[in-house]
Amino acid sequence: MENREQAVKRRLTRRHRASRWFRRISGLALLLAVAFLMFFFYDIISTGWSAFRQAEIQVPVSYTEEVMEIPAMAVPEAYEELVSRGWIRLLPRQMRENPDLLGTERREWVVASAPVDQYLKGRYATLDDEQRALVDQLQASDQVRLGFNTGFFTHGDSKIPEISGIWAALVGSILVITVTFLISFPIGVMTAIYLHEFADDNWFTQAIEVNINNLAAVPSIIFGLLGLAIFINFFGLPRSSALVGGLTLALMTLPIIIISTRAALAAVPDSIREAALGVGTSKWRMVRDHVLPLSLPGILTGTIIGIAQAMGETAPLLIVGMIAYIPDAPSSFTEATTVLPAQIFTWAGMPERAYTSRTAAGIIVLLAVLLTLNATAVYLRRRFERRW
Amino acid sequence: MSDGMQAEKQIESHPRENRTPLAHGPDTHATPQPKEDERLKLQVEKLSLWYGQSQALHGVDLDIHANEVTALIGPSGCGKSTFLRCLNRMNDLIKEVRVEGKVMLEGQDLYDPKVDVVQLRTRVGMVFQKPNPFPKSIYDNIAYAPLLHGMVRKGEECDELVESSLKRAGLWKEVADRLHSPGTSLSGGQQQRLCIARAIAVNPDVVLMDEPASALDPVSTATVEELIHDLRKQYTIVIVTHNLQQAARVAGYTAFFYLGRIIEYGDTSTLFTNPREKRTEDYLTGRYG
Ligand SMILES: Nc1ncnc2c1ncn2[C@@H]1O[C@H](COP(=O)(O)OP(=O)(O)OP(=O)(O)O)[C@@H](O)[C@H]1O
Ligand SMILES: [Mg+2]
Repeated sequence: MENREQAVKRRLTRRHRASRWFRRISGLALLLAVAFLMFFFYDIISTGWSAFRQAEIQVPVSYTEEVMEIPAMAVPEAYEELVSRGWIRLLPRQMRENPDLLGTERREWVVASAPVDQYLKGRYATLDDEQRALVDQLQASDQVRLGFNTGFFTHGDSKIPEISGIWAALVGSILVITVTFLISFPIGVMTAIYLHEFADDNWFTQAIEVNINNLAAVPSIIFGLLGLAIFINFFGLPRSSALVGGLTLALMTLPIIIISTRAALAAVPDSIREAALGVGTSKWRMVRDHVLPLSLPGILTGTIIGIAQAMGETAPLLIVGMIAYIPDAPSSFTEATTVLPAQIFTWAGMPERAYTSRTAAGIIVLLAVLLTLNATAVYLRRRFERRW
Repeated sequence: MSDGMQAEKQIESHPRENRTPLAHGPDTHATPQPKEDERLKLQVEKLSLWYGQSQALHGVDLDIHANEVTALIGPSGCGKSTFLRCLNRMNDLIKEVRVEGKVMLEGQDLYDPKVDVVQLRTRVGMVFQKPNPFPKSIYDNIAYAPLLHGMVRKGEECDELVESSLKRAGLWKEVADRLHSPGTSLSGGQQQRLCIARAIAVNPDVVLMDEPASALDPVSTATVEELIHDLRKQYTIVIVTHNLQQAARVAGYTAFFYLGRIIEYGDTSTLFTNPREKRTEDYLTGRYG
């Protein structure tokens, strides 16, 4: 009797030890994952942060007749290299829009050129000694400053780094995602409802199911080729447009929504279905009034995850032409558009150093949008989840 | 059913004549009923059922009397639930189920392809073995189906129906002050009575109950039994039970199932005191099951 008790005790100690070890190892795994994440965030944020600040310089601007012909004449020659070429180029247009400006001379805060920006941020800058001296002097008299870079959020892409921004890509992404959601959500949910609640279980529906599961694993670039073949070549929809991009991503998101909706439907206990049918509810009303409300949180979560994935997708969009240089925000679904990840990709390939921080800043914006989407998923889940 | 009085009256007095016929077909209304069948609500003829390859019911014949309680007893796995679910075609939901034979509800074969299953289930209601209230409020649990079928209108009319259904199920006193709290917040026994109230709210002809008291304490069981006894006046009730005393207490007729067949069927007191079959006697005396 005594022996047996001791044996049990020994075993118990061993089991406790094992469970402690298991806990430690899983904790370590978590720690590792968090470490990777922190490193990623640190790297992106430390590089991208500076893009949210932009050097501005106070210069005397003279709006003369000549400026209409040679815009660079507006500023003293010494400043020419210090102000942004993008700003100089826009001067004639500005003067045409405000005829009052003609003949005046004023001091204005204008966007500084990329080298000045880099110099102020303490990085390598292609400025000669004379220019450096001038910037230092201006800085001493508070005529140079690093301000919040509103241009980054209000401009589209540009070949001049200091005036390039994320706005066009952000609008493009929103348009594309809108199309994707409007197409894939209703079709995906209805398909799943049909397959799970109405269809007979025969070889045909099983074949469809296997195919859908397979589609979810197909590399996204294939969907790009499919979108190119169907929407652009066959239906002749405009290349590079939000419509085509959204439809292409909808092809990709559809299987994800179908699968997650089916999982959410399968989690609704059959006793609820029996209860509904037992009081003489038709199948459609059973689904609408009893099954869907219970599965809605799961469906929404799956959908938002699918949409978020589509949002970060680049490869299929490159194939339907959404990588083009597009400086203006699109105002319709059929205009040429770029999207956030494509914009990031473009900037990442640019040689100028100023684009490096813009790339990271673009990633930060993309992450912020994704974070918002996922937070919405959590919120909706809480909102609709009724544990009764 | 345009005013409240009329709806109320129908619930109380059950005018069967203005029932819509079950099937939508040209030749369904023509069958005249023989007089002697009038007291028979359901006639089951040679009913066999297969789950895939395995046969669960073997040519069951059973006549179920109107306004009586009929109990189905028998050892576990003998096909009682399966049989009960045939009576409102709940087995249709299970894949690979095949049914042969006839189930006549007032002369209309339920397995006729022309039968509208949705309509059928409003006439043959069901209370399941496990309480399964909707994840809605107590009020909505009961009001849902009558509103859906247009039996009552929202508002006072509906409130009255909810109250009368809960009263008949013996639950009113316990829930009167919390009609809008979730149905699943009730205790198991209360939930089962809620399910009974829900079933009778649509005013069916027949109520099927699968071991309605199996998960209940003695007090709740007694409440449910009393309820069944009362409901008999208005409805035809078929009840599955493992509790022989319960069958003896509530049922006018009892059928003994064994391995997918009915071994013996008759009025309860005869079957219990003087069974014809050896197997019935063995079961009643606890030799198996
Ligand atoms: N969905 C199903 N699929 C396959 N076989 C089933 C299914 N439901 C029941 N069966 C089989 O049919 C037979 C009868 O089952 P049934 O549930 O009718 O028994 P029961 O008499 O209600 O038993 P219990 O008293 O334990 O509830 C059993 O052998 C069971 O295994
Ligand atoms: Mg059973």
